[in-house]
Amino acid sequence: MRAAHEMNASQAWERSRASLDVERIREDFPILKRRVHGKPLVYLDNAATSQKPKVVIDATHRYYSEENSNIHRGVHFLSEQATGAYEGARARVKRFLNASDAREILFVRGTTEGINLVARSYGRKFIQEGDDIIVSAMEHHSNIVPWQIVCEEVGARLRVIPMNDRGELLMEEYEKLLNERTKFVSVTHLSNALGTVNPVKQIIERAHRCGVPVLVDGAQAAPHVRVDVRDLDCDFYAFSGHKLFGPTGIGVLYGKASLLEAMPPYQGGGDMISAFTFAKTIYKVLPFKFEAGTPNIAGGVGLGAAIDYLDGIGLEAVAAYERELLAYATEALCTIQGLRIIGTAKEKAGVLSFVLDGVHAHDIGTILDRDGIAIRTGHHCAMPVMQRFGVPATARASLAFYNTREEVDALVAGIDKVREVFN
Amino acid sequence: MSDLRELYQEVILDHNKKPRNFRRLEGANATAEGYNPLCGDQITVYLELEGDVIRSISFQGAGCAISKASASMMTTSVKGKTRAEVEALFDRVHKMLTRELDTKVNSHELGKLAVLSGVCEFPARVKCASLAWHTLNAALEAKKEPVSTE
Repeated sequence: MRAAHEMNASQAWERSRASLDVERIREDFPILKRRVHGKPLVYLDNAATSQKPKVVIDATHRYYSEENSNIHRGVHFLSEQATGAYEGARARVKRFLNASDAREILFVRGTTEGINLVARSYGRKFIQEGDDIIVSAMEHHSNIVPWQIVCEEVGARLRVIPMNDRGELLMEEYEKLLNERTKFVSVTHLSNALGTVNPVKQIIERAHRCGVPVLVDGAQAAPHVRVDVRDLDCDFYAFSGHKLFGPTGIGVLYGKASLLEAMPPYQGGGDMISAFTFAKTIYKVLPFKFEAGTPNIAGGVGLGAAIDYLDGIGLEAVAAYERELLAYATEALCTIQGLRIIGTAKEKAGVLSFVLDGVHAHDIGTILDRDGIAIRTGHHCAMPVMQRFGVPATARASLAFYNTREEVDALVAGIDKVREVFN
Repeated sequence: MSDLRELYQEVILDHNKKPRNFRRLEGANATAEGYNPLCGDQITVYLELEGDVIRSISFQGAGCAISKASASMMTTSVKGKTRAEVEALFDRVHKMLTRELDTKVNSHELGKLAVLSGVCEFPARVKCASLAWHTLNAALEAKKEPVSTE
């Protein structure tokens, strides 16, 4: 039985390897050639930020070398080129999310700013005293704190969808939380601390039955699973460029045009107004109403290049490869005595959060680092998750499509060394 | 492995496994809480002060081996000392951790605490080792707000 299982796993691995040439892909990422403390870098901190392929680095370099200028306001040649490059990136994001209109794609600094934009703009206008906002127990702080601020300001209440011991949301509890007081639902697509992939389509469908809009935090999901905002029918979807192999400081907030039209601006400034007098200012149309000031143009260009790169490989191939690598890593970690994986949902992506008997995560991180292995340790900005599982911190290895089985083996050997130090 | 052995010396591993004075102190007349938000380390230091002298000290909390061992060793080294002596010792510990002090020359001033000198090779861990000391300081100054290493 076990042999048959192994053969199937190995066949599946060969298939996913065949569709994705990892050795060639690794050549695209200059940083993967680095050595750390004299050892080859084993980068397993992709949920914190991903590495950048050369095409992304080159695109931002080329922008600054050849096209740099301010957008949307110059009549000169370079300004038109820069505007074209930036708006071209917006069009790529629209295709990437399968949005129906580029007006629904707002460039922001990252997921955090995207969520804050909705909390501030939509929340302040449409959420009132006595209303409920629903989040889940596995949210990153960035999808809790902005809502807490709204709750404090308007006198609304935050309700939390609980989860089971595997780290799966309890849908029946969610349905009980939904009522006529509910004015907003904000949930993560993929948990950064547990790896759980949430049934967001179902969550959205239930909320819509009560006429409640839903924001999906896609910071972790967008780089690893195919996102189709029209199929999900989400009202807002936020993700960060830097976790999607693009630059830092650029991210995306997708919003349904009808909602964005009804929302007041988030920030005031240049580039977001169409007519100005001291008596009254008329705001520009979407998406510019929400994009005050000179944006991160090079970041947008870099994100466009990252999306092209990812499209070239294919998110389906990426997801299949990472699924096999996750299965391999899960099995390998489970053989380590005293190791417990936190987050064992049935629907899971490449995040391995774990604790080791008698050893704090921070010590694991330091010892692995000396072998060139980069993982994250701590609470992962998800303290409610740590409290739910009764641990102060976890060690987290998070995968990307450029990681290999050999790197997982190095992780396992590194953890053996941790156990040796702490015998 | 050598610098790891330098960091995780037997003494440190022993204090981590069997922390000294790891309890709530009945009759404490000064306490303070400390947090390291980076890694979630949390510590409470309890003091029984008699005038200027630390008559008794204990701690509780959750943290990595470095923070736990540092707290444990701190409690054993400040018992019976005056505020001024503790201040001077913290200053030397801090300098050792941030490499401002040559531990080979000055190790006699640090006593057993010199085993923590390996931490200076791991800048990310300096805050773990100094958390207990910052918390002790807060208890001596009767600070009401928890201290943070950030």
